[in-house]
Amino acid sequence: MELLAFGDTGWGDELFYATLMTIAVSITAMFIGFLFALIFTPLKLSKNKFLNFIANSYTTIIRGVPELLVIYLFFFGGTGAVMFVASIFGYNEYIEINAFITGAFAIGIISGAYSTEVFRGAIQSIDKGQFEAANVLGLNKFGKFFKIILPQTLRLAIPNLSNVWQITLKDTSLISVTGLVEIMRQSYIAAGSTRDPLFFYSFAAVLYLLLTFVSMKLINRLEVKYSRGY
Amino acid sequence: MDLELMINSFPKLLSAAVITLKLLSVSLIIGLFIGLFFAILRLNKNIFINSFAYGYSYVFRGTPLLVQIFIIYFGLGQIEYLRSTVLWIILKEPYWCAIIAFALNTGAYTSEILRSAFQTIKPGTIEAGKSLGISNKVIFYKIQIPIAIRQSLPAYGNEIILMMKGTSLASTVTLMDLTGVAKYIISTTFKPIEVFIVAGGIYLFMTFIIHNFIKFLEKRYYF
Repeated sequence: MELLAFGDTGWGDELFYATLMTIAVSITAMFIGFLFALIFTPLKLSKNKFLNFIANSYTTIIRGVPELLVIYLFFFGGTGAVMFVASIFGYNEYIEINAFITGAFAIGIISGAYSTEVFRGAIQSIDKGQFEAANVLGLNKFGKFFKIILPQTLRLAIPNLSNVWQITLKDTSLISVTGLVEIMRQSYIAAGSTRDPLFFYSFAAVLYLLLTFVSMKLINRLEVKYSRGY
Repeated sequence: MDLELMINSFPKLLSAAVITLKLLSVSLIIGLFIGLFFAILRLNKNIFINSFAYGYSYVFRGTPLLVQIFIIYFGLGQIEYLRSTVLWIILKEPYWCAIIAFALNTGAYTSEILRSAFQTIKPGTIEAGKSLGISNKVIFYKIQIPIAIRQSLPAYGNEIILMMKGTSLASTVTLMDLTGVAKYIISTTFKPIEVFIVAGGIYLFMTFIIHNFIKFLEKRYYF
């Protein structure tokens, strides 16, 4: 227990901040994932073959390639890509992107591929009659989407999105290879300096279990809220 | 684009893919047995056995694979007692540590897949077996297991692909699998995009093969 003391003598406060970091990265990544899903879901549902092809390549490649490889691509390639874009605008200094942004972006792209599939499935399983009814009622495009389609999509998507959230949360442990101090990295540091890897990695496992457990409880509430009409 | 690098690194990455496939197949075979074992425990009516199996799958599905590998590879070596037993011959090898972690991980997911497959078997099928005078054991081996395996094929196919991606974590415990070699080439040449295309292409190809193989099995054992 001494090892977990707060302050200078233990690793309690470090691990606490590391947990907050994991939560922050996960939420940011999930949010970036939603942005990607917002772009790619309409492309997937579009009737244009070319747009379809783009969206399908995105989801297939990301879901078929290991997360770690994607993270390495961003970790080693991110700086180069940003500097290349900056050089177009005439900025030639060295730019260092911080590990948080690289990591959240890499995990976000991965989580976006899963979210896209979830939203596609949810929208496709909404009864055609709902779209027609919305048209008959004379709703404009905006009202049709936000008042009729979206609430039903969310109800169907939330159980699957909770899976995506779990995957995203667990994937953030991989960002530790880039040096961002989240749970895994902090445990690695603590294990190295105290020579007690068994304790710290087990404790990391407990922290992750706690995070998944609590988030499941919260998501279940959301699920109840969105399915109250049924 | 450095085409020369892509061509040169292809054979290296391809031979590393063999290690990835080895890790994958060995851990899947062990994991399948673990999964079947725990799925059967889950169906047990005894609440202790039942919750033990549930706890196993909850813990292994709720924590990242990376933590599991690190606990087994770095953590278990710390226990003095283990070092003196025969187990140490296995546990000092990163290869076997990775396989143990992968097998336990995929075992947890497989047990959930098989459990739900067992539960979707219609009671009528089992009753039909009983009314034919078949013993419970034979009903289990000849009726329930084959149906459960067929039912779980699509989900298990996904699990195989997830596991294939999971084997990339072996590179964190010094194994030179496909991702490990890709990272090594990236960090020596600083050409991440080229290496990513080649290594990612090999992974996608393997995903494609697995996906179609499962589809073939699904068609073959259609009923």
